[in-house]
Amino acid sequence: MKSQANVIERDRSGKTVREEDTFVTLTVADMLCGIPVLSVQDVLIAPAIAKIPLAPGEISGSLNLRGRIVTAIDLRRRIGLGGEATNIKQTSIVVESRGEFYSLMVDTVGDVLTLGKDKCEALPSTLPAPLRTFATSVYQLDGVLLSILDVSALTAITAGSATVGEA
Amino acid sequence: MGRDMDDLIADFLVETNENLGALDEAILKLEQDPADAQTVSLIFRLMHTIKGTCGFLGLQRLEAVAHAAENVLGKCRDGVLVPTPESITTILAAIDRIRLILSGLETTQSEPSGDDGQLIAALDAIIAGDPPPATEAELEEIFNAPAEPAPNPALETPAPAPVEAEIVAHKATAVAAAPEADQHASSVAGQTIRVGVEVLENLMTLVSELVLSRNQLLQLSRSVEDSPFNVPLQRLSHITSDLQEGVMKARMQPIGHAWNKVPRLVRDLARDLNKKIELVMLGAETELDRQVLELIKDPLTHMVRNSADHGIEDPMTRRAAGKPETGRLTLNAYHEGGHIIIEIADDGRGLPMDKIRAKAISSGVCTEAELAQMPDSQIRNLVFHAGFSTAEKVTAVSGRGVGMDVVRTNIERIGGTIDVQSTEGQGSTFSIKIPITLAIVSALVVAAGGERFAIPQISVVELVRAGVDAPIERISRTPVLRLRNRLLPLVRLSELLGLGESDNTGRESDYVVVTQVGANTFGIIVDRVFDTEDIVVKPLAPILRHLSVFSGNTILGDGSVIMILDPNGIARAADVSLGRESATAGKDIEQSGVHATTGEKVALLLFRAGGAEPKAVPLTLVSRIEDMPRESIEHTSAGDEVLQYRDHLLPLVRMGVDTSSPRQPILVFTDGDCAMGLLVDEIIDIVEDVIKIELGKGQDGTLGSAVINGKATDVIDTAYWLSRASDNWFTKQAQKVDKRRLLVVEDSAFFSQMLVPVLSSAGYEVTAVLNPAEALRLREAGSMFDAIVTDIEMPGMDGFTFAKEIRRDGIWMDLPVIALSSLAEPEHLERGRQAGFTEHVQKMDREGLMQAIAFRLSPAGALVHEGATA
Repeated sequence: MKSQANVIERDRSGKTVREEDTFVTLTVADMLCGIPVLSVQDVLIAPAIAKIPLAPGEISGSLNLRGRIVTAIDLRRRIGLGGEATNIKQTSIVVESRGEFYSLMVDTVGDVLTLGKDKCEALPSTLPAPLRTFATSVYQLDGVLLSILDVSALTAITAGSATVGEA
Repeated sequence: MGRDMDDLIADFLVETNENLGALDEAILKLEQDPADAQTVSLIFRLMHTIKGTCGFLGLQRLEAVAHAAENVLGKCRDGVLVPTPESITTILAAIDRIRLILSGLETTQSEPSGDDGQLIAALDAIIAGDPPPATEAELEEIFNAPAEPAPNPALETPAPAPVEAEIVAHKATAVAAAPEADQHASSVAGQTIRVGVEVLENLMTLVSELVLSRNQLLQLSRSVEDSPFNVPLQRLSHITSDLQEGVMKARMQPIGHAWNKVPRLVRDLARDLNKKIELVMLGAETELDRQVLELIKDPLTHMVRNSADHGIEDPMTRRAAGKPETGRLTLNAYHEGGHIIIEIADDGRGLPMDKIRAKAISSGVCTEAELAQMPDSQIRNLVFHAGFSTAEKVTAVSGRGVGMDVVRTNIERIGGTIDVQSTEGQGSTFSIKIPITLAIVSALVVAAGGERFAIPQISVVELVRAGVDAPIERISRTPVLRLRNRLLPLVRLSELLGLGESDNTGRESDYVVVTQVGANTFGIIVDRVFDTEDIVVKPLAPILRHLSVFSGNTILGDGSVIMILDPNGIARAADVSLGRESATAGKDIEQSGVHATTGEKVALLLFRAGGAEPKAVPLTLVSRIEDMPRESIEHTSAGDEVLQYRDHLLPLVRMGVDTSSPRQPILVFTDGDCAMGLLVDEIIDIVEDVIKIELGKGQDGTLGSAVINGKATDVIDTAYWLSRASDNWFTKQAQKVDKRRLLVVEDSAFFSQMLVPVLSSAGYEVTAVLNPAEALRLREAGSMFDAIVTDIEMPGMDGFTFAKEIRRDGIWMDLPVIALSSLAEPEHLERGRQAGFTEHVQKMDREGLMQAIAFRLSPAGALVHEGATA
């Protein structure tokens, strides 16, 4: 319930800083991504993940967030980047989508950035298919590009939609 | 009953007091805006509810007042009447009167006496459009008329029945604590408060979390000796347990709440069905979680309907059966362990076993062969199958064949089980076993493939350690365990869940969790068994709901998340209910004939006997697979091999040749009272495959060949081997008689496969053909028989046409022709007689068929027959 209190606080203060343009940055397979700060509930460092047999490949398991069971999604597999996590102890970004909590398993979590709309670009049309489904836009930062991911698309996993099979 | 009434009235008072509060407010609002349709209908509804409840509780005085007021409000709602201040005053007077009666009711448990005639007349007058009698004086009178004050209960008990006296006394103490008579109205309301379900649910969630945190703390403290936290932690632990219990209790409701509509239901049913039914309800105070209560309300209602409709006979039938005219329907509830058992018993006709069998076959739920092996209890449980109703008539009440399966599904969904016991002619008892609560369940924690899982304790029958004494054996890849002389199918959890690590399959010792799902019992092989633990069931995330092997997940004391296994889902995933599967497969063969590929899978037992190439037999035809020490096979003086088997001598037929191994695999086929064992060399596997049998290409003893698992496989002809056994055995026992020749015309190879062995083993020489055309070719060729047994529904020429053709001309003109049919309607029988059938036998009535053939072939039967055709 603490996380809800956090949300409310953010809501209150949020009106002043245009939160729709504020992102939590993360890396997964050396790619820099961002997700809207409003959807983030929590960040957990190296949580214990319990495997879920027979679950779709993108689901790495479930974890215990203060008594609440949260399904962990392997972001690397989900957006089709392939390969194994370089960092065995992955970090979990807990997001809320459609009333449910999900944990996005990422390699590292970076700063929270507030970015001006002027740096926002549409997606290059040549982006590979899985990524194109999940990314909404790209921001040009100094020397790197920041892809903004769509949380509700990331968490919309159906039984048949497993994009990557068992490793 | 008194106690129930007491509770009902208490509930009624609380609810009505609340309603009245809302009513006052609404009526005052109406006075300000008489045209407000929404308020008018709200008022009407409230008054209607009060009236309805009063009627149900038999509170006549209240009902009369409420009824009159409702009439007025109805007119207002319909726009016939525009409420005037005068009429509203009168309605308010009615509300006050209702209050007054209620307060009397609360103190004495019965309506205070008094006359409401004047008030009712005033209300009626409003409808009649008469100028309301509302002069101030009159109104004054109306308000004050029933001035019998609520009598002081302690002093003035109006000589009630003993039970009521007790209640009055009980109430009196409550009143004594608040002696002000004016507070009567609120004393009941003060004892209970209504809390939103949501609040309770939230509390429950919080308590669950607290329990988990407590468990975590306890686990931590165990690793630290002499921690200063230990004592306060113990205290916290106890308080948490108490709190959990308290919140659980707050969610509890007596099951009587789910039953309170039953008396009315039964009364109505009895009237509609012209039956006399006495309803007995026991244990109505048994409490269970309100969530569970909600979920079983509908199944219960359905089962009561069922018992009243199908179970209890009409008075005439009952009298004829020597039973009292009034049937008795008993509802009984009690606690047992962490469960509640609810029994719905009737003393009616019981479940008709024959009809269930017939229905099971005709609806394809299972085959005759399977039925023959089923114990009665299992056959009775077939009524829970979808589309299964043995009621001949579809009544408005029940008999549509939807229902019992839905009942079972609903009950299994909440982790419950349903069972039925029945004695024909004496009645049936359905018992439902459900957990008291769904929120916290007791579960067995096990490990498999390196992960831990919880299995709800309710479905666990026992734990068995498989080891050297009771090793896990295999029929090819399928593991089984001999448990008290029964073969228990096993499922290896790590394999089922794809956790790999099948290298441990060779291990000698394993834990087997014997699990029961409905009528099926199977074992789940796990690597380790931990403790039982009370776990808080949390629903699966939406993206995992499709995983039917899990029913939820939970957090253990150490904070780790584990999945809760759903034994139902496991049974389905592992196809434990092989019987059901092959039943449907069998049905499909029957429908599609022989040569066609069935498209559906058939379970086949693959084995080796006398050669390297595999042989197959439909699993449904095999009653048992035995593995006996070779020395247990004995020889009769005639040199035949026999086996002492279940107190009988089992005749054996040797098909295999291998005698090197110390153990002898035996396939046991049974047929009525007869059984035989087929000695084979090795059981290879049970496969489910789409088979296409090429008939007639094999040698003696094979039905044909089929490609199974990519290999040409002989499908053996059980008929041949059964007849070998009967040649060897049965006929030697009996007088060796001249064989009578039978022609069997049956388009379904499957049915033919079952019929032929029966007839051959009875000593007939059987020729089976697949259609009338083939049969008629035999006639042209001059083949002669003693009797013909034919199916009716066949593609091409049907049985009726075939019979007419036989009777028309030819050498078979005078032969007895016995029709086999699943259709037994009178018009069918008549049509059959006209077509020329000698006799009509139900398709699955083996005994009937044997008798019919024997009779027709006996001298007496022949006379009757000739008489008939002459």
